[in-house]
Amino acid sequence: MTDAVQQASTAPARTGAISWRSTPNRVVTIYLPLACFVFVLLFPFYWMTITALKPNQELYNYKDYNPFFVHSPTLTNVRKLLFETDYPQWLMTTMMIAVAATVLSIFAAVLAAYAIQRLRFRGAQWVGLAIYLAYLVPPSILFIPLATVVFKLGLYDSPFALILTYPTFLVPFCTWLLIGYFKSIPYELEECAMIDGATRLQILRKITLPLAVPGLISAGIFAFTLSWNEFIYALAFIQSSEKKTVPVAVLTQLVQGDDYQWGSLMAGALFGSIPVALFYSFFVDYYVSSLTGAVKE
Amino acid sequence: MASVDIIDAGKFFGALRIIKGVNIPISDGEFVILVGPSGCGKSTLLRMIAGLEEISEGEIRIGSRVVNEVPPKERDIAMVFQNYALYPHMTVADNMAFSLKLKQASKSEITAKVDRAAKILGLGPLLERYPRQLSGGQRQRVAMGRAIVRDPQVFLFDEPLSNLDAKLRVQMRTEIKELHQRLKTTTIYVTHDQIEAMTMADRIVVMHDGIVEQMGAPLDLYDRPANLFVAGFIGSPAMNMLKGTIRGSSFETENGNRLPLAAAPAASEGRRAIYGMRPENIHLAGDGIPAEVVVVEPTGAETQVVVKAGGDELICVLRERISAKPGETIRITPDLRLIHLFDAEDGRRLTA
Repeated sequence: MTDAVQQASTAPARTGAISWRSTPNRVVTIYLPLACFVFVLLFPFYWMTITALKPNQELYNYKDYNPFFVHSPTLTNVRKLLFETDYPQWLMTTMMIAVAATVLSIFAAVLAAYAIQRLRFRGAQWVGLAIYLAYLVPPSILFIPLATVVFKLGLYDSPFALILTYPTFLVPFCTWLLIGYFKSIPYELEECAMIDGATRLQILRKITLPLAVPGLISAGIFAFTLSWNEFIYALAFIQSSEKKTVPVAVLTQLVQGDDYQWGSLMAGALFGSIPVALFYSFFVDYYVSSLTGAVKE
Repeated sequence: MASVDIIDAGKFFGALRIIKGVNIPISDGEFVILVGPSGCGKSTLLRMIAGLEEISEGEIRIGSRVVNEVPPKERDIAMVFQNYALYPHMTVADNMAFSLKLKQASKSEITAKVDRAAKILGLGPLLERYPRQLSGGQRQRVAMGRAIVRDPQVFLFDEPLSNLDAKLRVQMRTEIKELHQRLKTTTIYVTHDQIEAMTMADRIVVMHDGIVEQMGAPLDLYDRPANLFVAGFIGSPAMNMLKGTIRGSSFETENGNRLPLAAAPAASEGRRAIYGMRPENIHLAGDGIPAEVVVVEPTGAETQVVVKAGGDELICVLRERISAKPGETIRITPDLRLIHLFDAEDGRRLTA
């Protein structure tokens, strides 16, 4: 953040009549908001990192140690997390569940959104609305009946309990996102493909989906993040410690009674957020570039 | 190639009848243009032929086959859309090859056909580009190339030139016409631009409010419009139309002007009618009706003059350059042989 401000002040002053190009104005209109933004986004990560690296006596003693810095960094917390708990196992489980639930949901949502937006069957609008309403039912109410279903199907304490329940909120969400995206693809393209001899499925596969890639990616990112961070179903439907997902496991295994193992907790949260951050940063470029240049003819 | 027969075709959108029993026979190899104001049903009719809209009543035949229930891909037609509908994620070559690939044509056949179409349209250097890298006219050509590649029975064009600028439109008009003369494929073309219709068509179908007002060769429609709508729609600037009454061998307008008639239709004395004369059929004449010049608009080749005779406002297109200024009086007379009379009630043509 200080970098940004410095850059602004050393940037050559532009000559020109338009006043917002001048250095002070650029600082106020561009770099200052940007700096605030960066600060708000990155501070939690900073806090997590330093907490994870602090030895226990530093954690609770703000008088002798400045809380914003680490005086004698240690990897004890990290070692404890990685080698004394099932953390790697939790990461793998979470990853697998999130990917499976995302793939399943996107597949269902593509078909649903395409049907609602393009096939225009009788009552398509109402179906769209009903799906949206389904999304509004809060998970804290839904998990009770879902628990019964999960038990009856014998899925309790298995990853499938989550892979199959996450779509209850992912499918409506992705469907709505994709309906909007399909709407932006000119219908003439499909009519043209229809005359060219394509079947509905060929149109979906060769015309609509390639053009909807940005929409699919953003739906995928959201679905992945939502499943990765999901808490209540993961808490309710999984019992064995080694099958838990990161958000639940970190909380239940690293908080024993009122003993909060802050260092390991923060290390767990930090490592848990890395895959999501990677996922975002990997796709965001593609997402943005395709969003600005895709369905233009 | 094939003929297309539209027989008593109708279309309902809900309770609204958009197309009202239309009959249009189109013979093999003909270039037919459907023309009319927006909302007249011409595009809907074209989409019915393409199979993109259901046919609510009547039937449409392509060749000898009734296609009412035939899906678009089996109708053996190719359509060029107003916004071209090029697939944005495919190169020009892929765009043109798409239909052939779906038909599972061999690689060599695809290459041969795409190359041939590219050659006809001069698209050779553009084959590897994407639609977004092309200008409007080039996209238009690719859209036509995609149609040519398929070698269909019928070409359908839905206002293909309306997204182009005026100069390019004239150029593409010529190209499409040349293309038709070369390929001789039956073509149905929709436009709202009567000049496009006049210049390109073998036969024009004027539509209005879901019915066919008149069908015929461009000049027939121009010379002998069957009713007031066609008379007003075809020709630019539009035909002058004056309300009045037939009195012997002349016509008295509501504003009291007496205009000459070559021959009054039989038993028409005192009949209320509408007197039509095209702007270019009005000439300067020493013994004509006096008219006050309102506006003079020289276009170079000719001069458009708006005049007021009594309360009647007329537009004249004069070949000669006139020196009259607004406010001055000139004397004009219509060409007797080229006068159109229409019934005041139903707008039908009265003169034979």
